[in-house]
Amino acid sequence: MAKLKDEAKLKPLTNKLRMLLDEDQLTNCMRCGFCLPACPTYAETGIEAESPRGRIALMKAVNDGIMLPDAAFEEQMNHCLGCRACEPACPADVKYGQLIEQARDAIEDHKQHKPMVRLIRHTAFHSVFTNPKRMKLMGQGLRLYQRAGLRTVARGSGLMKLFPKHMREMEQILPDAAAKGVAEQIGTRHPAKGERIATVALFKGCIMDVMFTDTNIHTVDLLTAAGFDVVIPEKQNCCGALHAHSGEGEGARSLARRNIEAFKQAGIDYIVSNAGGCGAILTEYDHLLQGEPEWTADAKWFAERVLDVSDLLVRHGREICFSKNVNKQEGAMQEEASGSIRITYQDSCHLRNVMRSSGAPRKLMRQVDGVTFVEMKDADRCCGSAGIYNITQPEMAGQILDEKMEHVKAADASYLLTSNPGCLLQMKLGIEQQGLGDKMKAVHIVDFLHEHMQN
Amino acid sequence: MLNAEVKRELTEILGSSYCKDDPQSLVTHSYDGTPMLQSLPELVIYPENTKQVSQVMKVLNHYKIPLIGRGSGTNLCGGTVPVEGGVVMVMHRMNQILEVDIENLTATVQPGLNTKKFSQHVEALGLFYPPDPSSMSISTLGGNIAECSGGLRGLKYGTTKDYVIGLEAVLANGEVIRTGGKLMKDVAGYDVTKLLVGSEGTLAIITEATLKLIPPPQYKKTMLAMYSDLYDAARTVSKIIESRMIPATLEFLDNATLQVVDDYAQLGLPREMEAILIIEQDGDKGSVERDIARITEICHSEQAKQVSVAGSLEEAEKLLTARRSAFTALARLKPTTILEDATVPRSKIADMVLEINRIAKKYNVQICTFGHAGDGNLHPTATTDVRDTDEIHRVEAAFAEIFEATIRLGGTITGEHGVGVVKAPFLEWKVGPAGIEIMKGIKHAFDPNNILNPGKIFAKESRKRVVIQRG
Ligand SMILES: Cc1cc2nc3c(=O)[nH]c(=O)nc-3n(C[C@H](O)[C@H](O)[C@H](O)COP(=O)(O)OP(=O)(O)OC[C@H]3O[C@@H](n4cnc5c(N)ncnc54)[C@H](O)[C@@H]3O)c2cc1C
Ligand code: SF4
Ligand code: SF4
Repeated sequence: MAKLKDEAKLKPLTNKLRMLLDEDQLTNCMRCGFCLPACPTYAETGIEAESPRGRIALMKAVNDGIMLPDAAFEEQMNHCLGCRACEPACPADVKYGQLIEQARDAIEDHKQHKPMVRLIRHTAFHSVFTNPKRMKLMGQGLRLYQRAGLRTVARGSGLMKLFPKHMREMEQILPDAAAKGVAEQIGTRHPAKGERIATVALFKGCIMDVMFTDTNIHTVDLLTAAGFDVVIPEKQNCCGALHAHSGEGEGARSLARRNIEAFKQAGIDYIVSNAGGCGAILTEYDHLLQGEPEWTADAKWFAERVLDVSDLLVRHGREICFSKNVNKQEGAMQEEASGSIRITYQDSCHLRNVMRSSGAPRKLMRQVDGVTFVEMKDADRCCGSAGIYNITQPEMAGQILDEKMEHVKAADASYLLTSNPGCLLQMKLGIEQQGLGDKMKAVHIVDFLHEHMQN
Repeated sequence: MLNAEVKRELTEILGSSYCKDDPQSLVTHSYDGTPMLQSLPELVIYPENTKQVSQVMKVLNHYKIPLIGRGSGTNLCGGTVPVEGGVVMVMHRMNQILEVDIENLTATVQPGLNTKKFSQHVEALGLFYPPDPSSMSISTLGGNIAECSGGLRGLKYGTTKDYVIGLEAVLANGEVIRTGGKLMKDVAGYDVTKLLVGSEGTLAIITEATLKLIPPPQYKKTMLAMYSDLYDAARTVSKIIESRMIPATLEFLDNATLQVVDDYAQLGLPREMEAILIIEQDGDKGSVERDIARITEICHSEQAKQVSVAGSLEEAEKLLTARRSAFTALARLKPTTILEDATVPRSKIADMVLEINRIAKKYNVQICTFGHAGDGNLHPTATTDVRDTDEIHRVEAAFAEIFEATIRLGGTITGEHGVGVVKAPFLEWKVGPAGIEIMKGIKHAFDPNNILNPGKIFAKESRKRVVIQRG
């Protein structure tokens, strides 16, 4: 009886899942299990349902009518980090990333969020991220809050205690927000130093441009030094990654269309991103808009041009000299002078698994004179940040981060470099939690390279 | 649905978090690596030690409920699919290395331990465990033992059975037995150790194993021989063996397999070649160099278009890793890949390759072939789509004829993947009615109530063998 009731209640979701899930991809998984060792949630739990093969089997079971998409199913879909380490591990080329997005899209459509979550989601996905002006306003608001000392007041007064623990911790490591983004600070056009190799458009990202504006400025510096004309198309907006990963498919598509239009007009050879999470979805705009024939050609044009900054520098740029004795910062300089500086790197999952770039950043780090690059164990494993995962699944994210930090400690480096703002914040959080702040610093690879660039 | 009383008793033994019957647990233990086979269990359990396994078996034997042991579910014969319902017992929590005995060169392990982890662990100690199924990064040692798995090094080093020297196992009635030990010789009664190796979870549940280790080879070299004719490649295999050389690895890939493997691994393999051989030799430096030189000569005299030796260990490892992905990579061609495990005497490998191609053409199906050619063990793999029932029927007919050809050439229906459900109807072709009867007798002695992995090995009905007359 209860079962029948469930069935009726879950009927719309079942239908939606059947409509959205790509049956070919579900069938392509031949259940060999090659993806199991790559999956962080499987490594953590050892439970089949927590593995890519298990999740695909669950989706297929719903699709085949063997199982209802009950609360546990939904929970399992949300447990996935979306790190997509299972994709390069799969010899059959199953597009897991697409499947999980389709599943989440369907779930989101039918979800009854608690009022508070609904409000936050609505504000985030429908007002702030979709609107550059509001994004900027939010940046300014954040900045005001930080500058006015409200942060200190809030932290001191226990106001922050009203937030869950993980959000409180996160708040502490947030960098100071900038009032002006990269384009407003340095302008939108920057000629190459020396002979021009190609013209590239910078995708500045929304979080990047508010919280890591300097990284964007440094990216422009590196690119011009390597021989690229850089333009920053003004009409660009959020990449849509958070939307796509959170089941807000239409939001993501609308942002994609707007970005394509903005870049199409810029007369460029490449589109460059310095955030793995953004870059990855940009390379998938063709897939994202595959149901819209009028966009096929332009989406393909766009997706084919996207490269991560490290890849662009290594593959097409002029070699830049990086060495230790510039832009001195005291502590760092002393160490560097003694030649003992060690750096290590945490892969951005989407940069590695979707953009398939892991060699280029390592090559650049090895080029820096006077520093030693050490590979830490499991650098290719997700750090648990995974978009908003550390907010929605704090427990699993915490476990994964703890394990990550063990490897970070073992690498014994002064700098921990990353290629994505989410990972960077997560690494900062890890360093703070473990009290390693006086020994090491988490830095974006672009900022590190910029600091060591010989002019 | 499982009787509530049974579930209660099992929960008491295992604790509720290790005793699950929610839809998610059932669905994710309804399959393994076998295509087109799925069946839901009634309960999934995760024991922690031998005692729990024994207690569980007593309960299940009393109620006559099926028990299916499960490692990582990578087998290809339906070995862990609960075709008659019952309880799936996942061995993952029993995953410890209990001991590595440097004096006796043995290791004692629990069955849920991952094969690759174990292999790396002993290598770090300067020892060597040779069995290396392509699935080793996922599979468990318990699964390897229950299937008697082979691997890329089987040719020279043998398969799992050659390394299992002692077992602890729980019988259907819950009794715990110990067989063999850290002994290089032991003829005290029937060799129950070897009987349990390859028993596919139908005779007992393995809870501990003592494995033989050997000193690692000092040196190795890997080469690639490329052919524009399939037959030349296959003949090279027989020629190498005939010349009294046993390489460590001698693998064969045909053109279609080569292409998909390269699509995945991006190694720049010679995609225009009809077939390639991956050959590895190990041992002391002098003899390795000598063998590699002689094998190169043989390859050339058998019309290899090109022969190249891997420049570094890293390059060699990449090649072998790519080879390990072959089966799954074939799913790039079409969603359903049905793979077989035909094994013939090594001198017949070239004939077998020709037979496979003839049969594929006859039934108008695509069959790609790769495998451990040096063992005479080929994996003809049909790439098809479950949703195309007509083609699936043709594939089935083609495989029946391939089995027939295999037996005609003096071979066997499965070299390393086991009988399980999928080859049960053909087992009688290989062992004959008397062979089946004796095996059933053994099964009955171990498991009179038929609770251990029922529906496997013995078919309800044997397939009628149609001997094809050609002329
Ligand atoms: C891509 C791919 C490549 C493969 N390559 C090879 C290869 O090169 N060579 C080869 O031989 N095989 C190969 N296989 C087949 C398979 O991986 C092996 O049979 C492997 O040994 C299975 O291990 P598992 O842990 O996954 O066992 P499972 O699949 O979980 O179980 C296999 C069988 O063992 C039984 N079992 C498991 N644990 C126990 C236990 N503790 N006690 C009693 N019975 C138990 C199960 O009931 C079942 O019958 C391959 C499979 C795949 C998917
Ligand atoms: S590796 Fe690919 S085909 Fe194999 S189980 Fe994972 S997703 Fe499926
Ligand atoms: S995306 Fe990451 S967490 Fe999700 S199934 Fe794949 S490997 Fe596991």
